[in-house]
Amino acid sequence: MRGFDLIVIGGGLVGGAVAFGAARLGARVALLDEGDVAFRAARGNFGLVWIQSKGAGMPPYAHWSRQSAALWAGLSDALSEVTGVAPALRQNGGFAFCLSDDEFARQAERVQRMHNESGGIGTRMLDRAELRAMLPQVGDEVVGAAFCPIDGHANPLLLLRGLQAGLLAKGGEYLPGRHVDAIDYDGGFTVQCGAERFTCAKVVIAAGLGSRDLAPMVGLEMPVTPLKGQILVTERVRPFLDYATHVVRQTDEGSVMMGDSQEDVGFDIRTTTPVLKDIAARNIKVFPLLREANVVRTWGALRVMTPDGCPIYEESVSHPGAFSATCHSGVTLAGAHAMALAPAILGAGLPPAMKAFEAARFKSGKINVPSF
Amino acid sequence: MSGVFDAVIIGAGPAGMAAGAVMAERGARVLVLDEQAAPGGQIYRGIEAMPAARVAAMGADYAAGAALVARFRASGAEYRPGAMVWQVVPGEEGHEVWFSIAGKSRCVVGKSVLVAAGAMERPVPVPGWTLPGVMGAGAVQVLLKAGIGAERLVIAGAGPLVLLLAAQCLALGVRPLAVLDTTPAGNFAAALPLLPGAVRGRGLGYLWKGLLLQARLRFGGVRVVRVTDVVLEGAEAVRAVSFRAGGQVQRIEADIVALHEGVIPAQQMTRALGCAHKWDEGQRCFRPVLDGFGNTSVHGVLVAGDGGGIGGARAAAQAGVVAGAEMLRRAGRVDGVGRDAVAGPALRDLAAEVAVRPFLDRLFRPAGLPGDEVVVCRCEEVTAGDIRAAAAQGAQGPNQAKAFLRTGMGACQGRICGPMVSEIMAGARGVSMDEIGYYRIRAPLKPITVGELAAAGDDGDD
Amino acid sequence: MFRRFDAASVAFTFEGMPVMAAAGETVAAALLAAGVRSVRTTAVSGSARAPWCMMGVCFDCLVEIDGVANRQGCMVVVSPGMVVRRQVGAKDLG
Repeated sequence: MRGFDLIVIGGGLVGGAVAFGAARLGARVALLDEGDVAFRAARGNFGLVWIQSKGAGMPPYAHWSRQSAALWAGLSDALSEVTGVAPALRQNGGFAFCLSDDEFARQAERVQRMHNESGGIGTRMLDRAELRAMLPQVGDEVVGAAFCPIDGHANPLLLLRGLQAGLLAKGGEYLPGRHVDAIDYDGGFTVQCGAERFTCAKVVIAAGLGSRDLAPMVGLEMPVTPLKGQILVTERVRPFLDYATHVVRQTDEGSVMMGDSQEDVGFDIRTTTPVLKDIAARNIKVFPLLREANVVRTWGALRVMTPDGCPIYEESVSHPGAFSATCHSGVTLAGAHAMALAPAILGAGLPPAMKAFEAARFKSGKINVPSF
Repeated sequence: MSGVFDAVIIGAGPAGMAAGAVMAERGARVLVLDEQAAPGGQIYRGIEAMPAARVAAMGADYAAGAALVARFRASGAEYRPGAMVWQVVPGEEGHEVWFSIAGKSRCVVGKSVLVAAGAMERPVPVPGWTLPGVMGAGAVQVLLKAGIGAERLVIAGAGPLVLLLAAQCLALGVRPLAVLDTTPAGNFAAALPLLPGAVRGRGLGYLWKGLLLQARLRFGGVRVVRVTDVVLEGAEAVRAVSFRAGGQVQRIEADIVALHEGVIPAQQMTRALGCAHKWDEGQRCFRPVLDGFGNTSVHGVLVAGDGGGIGGARAAAQAGVVAGAEMLRRAGRVDGVGRDAVAGPALRDLAAEVAVRPFLDRLFRPAGLPGDEVVVCRCEEVTAGDIRAAAAQGAQGPNQAKAFLRTGMGACQGRICGPMVSEIMAGARGVSMDEIGYYRIRAPLKPITVGELAAAGDDGDD
Repeated sequence: MFRRFDAASVAFTFEGMPVMAAAGETVAAALLAAGVRSVRTTAVSGSARAPWCMMGVCFDCLVEIDGVANRQGCMVVVSPGMVVRRQVGAKDLG
């Protein structure tokens, strides 16, 4: 039976960031993960470090996202230094396009509301001319955009690889192919995976959609459900888009990702022609030059959604030392997870400001509309 | 082309042509989609346009394809050349088949879909194999069928195609500089116990053909050498091939080097469809799990020909007849008795055709896996060593290796590297091929432009 | 390199130079027959490549045909007057 200071259950971007963040501080950390094929939101991620619309109606989430954006550069540097794998972070601003005057007006109202609720972060509405001055390739149907200077993007696959490599480099253990059957508590924790037993002083449940069943083992609740998104990705093309946008992203190696579909279809990750066709058509309106790019891959992935779309972080009252951590923005929040959440979990526990993320909020009857 | 077809057949090689013909001849409504400009598949490629003298030089097995192509042309099956299928969506009532012709995509529905996508050459990852001038032996044969012969050619590899290609080159007046036989030393002894089984059916004929080809090469003055450790040399293009023979490293300067380690099923489409696959240790490849009539694990999706396991052109044609009979039944054109009447003779022929395979598969089984320095993903330029390193970091299979390294994310969509990445991962982790699995393949099966996707199906029928 | 058995009658250009192809021949086959060694450079390392499979599998025969980049030369039949260029690195969407 092997013992650790901390066991993180879930080898995705949330678990990976917490595990790396903890190992970096010298803790003995194990990261438990599934096998080659699983519902991996981390592998289907779009890669935005996206702040401008996060936390509408929930200022603590807005502030947490902003904190993460600010911590991201430190995470990127740490990963580069420890592993040599740089996650291709670019934080030079992000655009949310508007395809009609109506949409422009609604977007402007949202920006104002975010400003009033959570304070300004420099998001401004760009009219057609201002937008074209920054992004000459946008199509005629785009009437304007919201631009947030602190938005950005990163390569989620390099981030995931870097977090796992960083964990190993800092003496942590990556234990894939494990399915957690039970978690016992006697002041410390014993995690059972088949015939294997691992002990730890603290445990974090960050298993994405699998968290729902794991959380009750340590007196927590994580009522997450899947929300499917389909993404299509093109061949490598020469650089034409340096910024993040909410629908299209050019990766560091040149391929272009597009897709912002949302389908509540359970655990079905098949791609469907009507949805892919719709994504293609909409993105040609935004960037007509994409017409000529070849689509080489498409996929469906499941977002991990809480009832209000905001994260859950909580320490168990009945099982002190057990924490929940889940969100649908594993890239955006990676900075906060590695650089703020992990130290708090290892140290004195979650700060009072994070009480807003406890799952008890779902029982109050006041659930906000999910915000992306 | 509108409406619902009794069957949509993907591929106009021997399996697809035979299935299409046997169905259309019995009044069924059949659509055959093929990416090439003319029917025949790779094996009978170019046969309609080839001068008779050259057909003769290519050999009797090739020439036999003309009759099948003619029968297919006359059968009444609808045939669309230049059609690239990029998505098949299984459904309860029928399956949607999305395909592109000349940059426009449309959709048809088949009560059954037959995947007759054939085989591809097994990748041969040796040092220098990405150099210009280094090609698959099948590629050199494709050129031969187009009336283009390779000069200053060295053929290196193992398998029936190596001898056949050398003999065909010789017959057409372009004598190869050498044939480097890479068949591993222990293979013959290991294959020997399978020889009695191989002389049943038509096996003896195939074995005799092999001996005849060897004799022809010797008589024609083609140097045949048993070798190991093939390495391609050159900077901007291949200049020479070096190898170890008789305990010594030798070197031959060449303009073109043809590599070959057998052929494997083209699994992209059956993978994308979610058909169950099994590792075939004898043929060292994944193949879709099929019942006796070509049905896959996905209802209404069938496979015939080399795409279901390597059996060669004649076996493919027989399997096409069998699958055609089953699809006639599925469409309600015949009952079970009628199906068996059509399929029966073909099933017997099929058994006779494939009797020789276990012996050949064992005899020509390729040697181990590439060294760390060798590129396995040609598109993204990922080496075998990169993949082993990902496994060492904890990647459990090809899909995690893909996510970490971009192997399989390039233009070929993992067709070339997929088989090797699975084998390397399985070797590194010490688990079976069935456990390690394969890339998850999704639409589009071949790249299509964003513009074409956005307009897919908009034009209605032609 | 390669030798043609039949006469070539279809004229097209590669990198601005006149090239002849036989009727029905693919772009990749015609370029090889004309003595072209490398048809593209990769988007990753810039290394030179030429057709490997000639049957639509490997995508190493990518060329620009009549202004459309990244086309499989082995799957496109030459037509008279076709303008073919080497595919240099990644596609440029312009």
